Amino acid sequence: MINYIIPLIVVTIIIYGIYKKVDIFDTFIDGVKEGMKLSINLFPTIFAMIIAITLITDSNIINYICNLLKPLFSKISFPTEVLPLALLRPISGSSSLVILNDILAKYGPDSFIGRLSSVIQGSTDTTIYIISMYFASIGIKKTRYSLTVGLLADLLSVIISFIMVNIFFR
Amino acid sequence: MINYLWGIFIIIGVIFGLLKGNNNVANSLLTSGSKGIEMILSLVPLMCLWLGTMKIASASGLLEIISKKLSKVVRIIFPEIPEGDPSIGYISSNIVMNMLGLGNAATPFGLKAMSELKRLNNNSDVSSRSMITFLVLNTASVTIIPTTVISLRILNGSTSPTEIVLVTIITTFLSTFLALLLDRLFYFIWRKKYD
Repeated sequence: MINYIIPLIVVTIIIYGIYKKVDIFDTFIDGVKEGMKLSINLFPTIFAMIIAITLITDSNIINYICNLLKPLFSKISFPTEVLPLALLRPISGSSSLVILNDILAKYGPDSFIGRLSSVIQGSTDTTIYIISMYFASIGIKKTRYSLTVGLLADLLSVIISFIMVNIFFR
Repeated sequence: MINYLWGIFIIIGVIFGLLKGNNNVANSLLTSGSKGIEMILSLVPLMCLWLGTMKIASASGLLEIISKKLSKVVRIIFPEIPEGDPSIGYISSNIVMNMLGLGNAATPFGLKAMSELKRLNNNSDVSSRSMITFLVLNTASVTIIPTTVISLRILNGSTSPTEIVLVTIITTFLSTFLALLLDRLFYFIWRKKYD
C-alpha cells in the first residue's frame, strides 16, 4: 500500500500544480534549496546528539540501571527483560531496534515478553532525539516543559502497553 | 534542559564506560561522528524531495485548501494556531506520515511545521505552547501500521506477526490522548508559575 501512497501524493501535487499553472520545476528547485539549507543547519545538532547517544549506549549503564530497577519491577510482574528496551527507546531508535531484535530472537516473538516489546517499540518514539533535533532546527533555546512532558508520556506509553498486552494476551 | 542532558550523557558515558563495560571508549567517541554523517546523508534527499514537492503544493494553493479543511480538527489540539494557517497543512502531513509508519518522510514536514510555528511565535527563541504540543504528538508516535516491528517479528519467525497491530493502535491512541492531556496540564501549571 505504501508503494502506492507516496508516489500518488507526489503525482497529485504535481498535476494540481500544472492545473493551477505553477512553474513546477523552478518551484520544486526552490523547495530543494530550502531542504538543503535545513539539512545543513541540522547537521551540528545530529552530530552532537549522536556522540552523546553512542557514548551512553556503549557504556552499558542502561544494563546497570536495569539491574537496580529489577526488584521493583518484578514486584508488579513486569518482565524485567523488557526494561533495557523501555529505557533505551526514548534515547536511540537504532539501538532500541537492535534490542527488540535480540529480545524477539531470545524469547520468541509470540511470547508475552516478545509481544510486550513489540507493542512498546511500536507505540513510542525517540523522544530525546526528536525534541533536540526539532528545537535546534529552528534555534529554540528555552525548551520549557517539553522534555518533562515527553518523557512522562513515554512512561505512560510503557505502562499502557503493559496493561493492554495483559488484557489481550493473558 | 537538553544542555544538561547532553553534558550528563557525555560525562556518564565516558566515566562509566571507562570503569565498566565499554573497553573502547575512545573508539565510541571517535567513530560515532560518522554515524551522524550517515544520518544526515539519509535525511538530505528526503528533505529535498518533500520540501520541493510541498513548495509546489503551497504555490498551487493545495496546501491552503488542505489547511482550511483540517483547520477545525487541528485547532482542537492546537488552539493557538490561527484558522487556515499554512502550518496546519504541514502539521497534518507530519501526523499522517507518522500514522503510516513512515517516520523518515514525517521528519521534513515536522521540521517545516516547526519553522511555521516559530513564525507564529514572532520568531522568539522560546518554545511556544503549540510547538510543545506538536513535539508531544510526535514523541507519543501515533502509529497505525508499525512497519518495522512487523518486519522484525517476521524475521524472527512469528506465527502471526501482525497480531500486535490492534493492541499497538489502541495503546498508541490511548497514550497519545493522555500525553496531550498531560501537555495541557503542564501548560497551565507552567503559565501560573512562570509567566
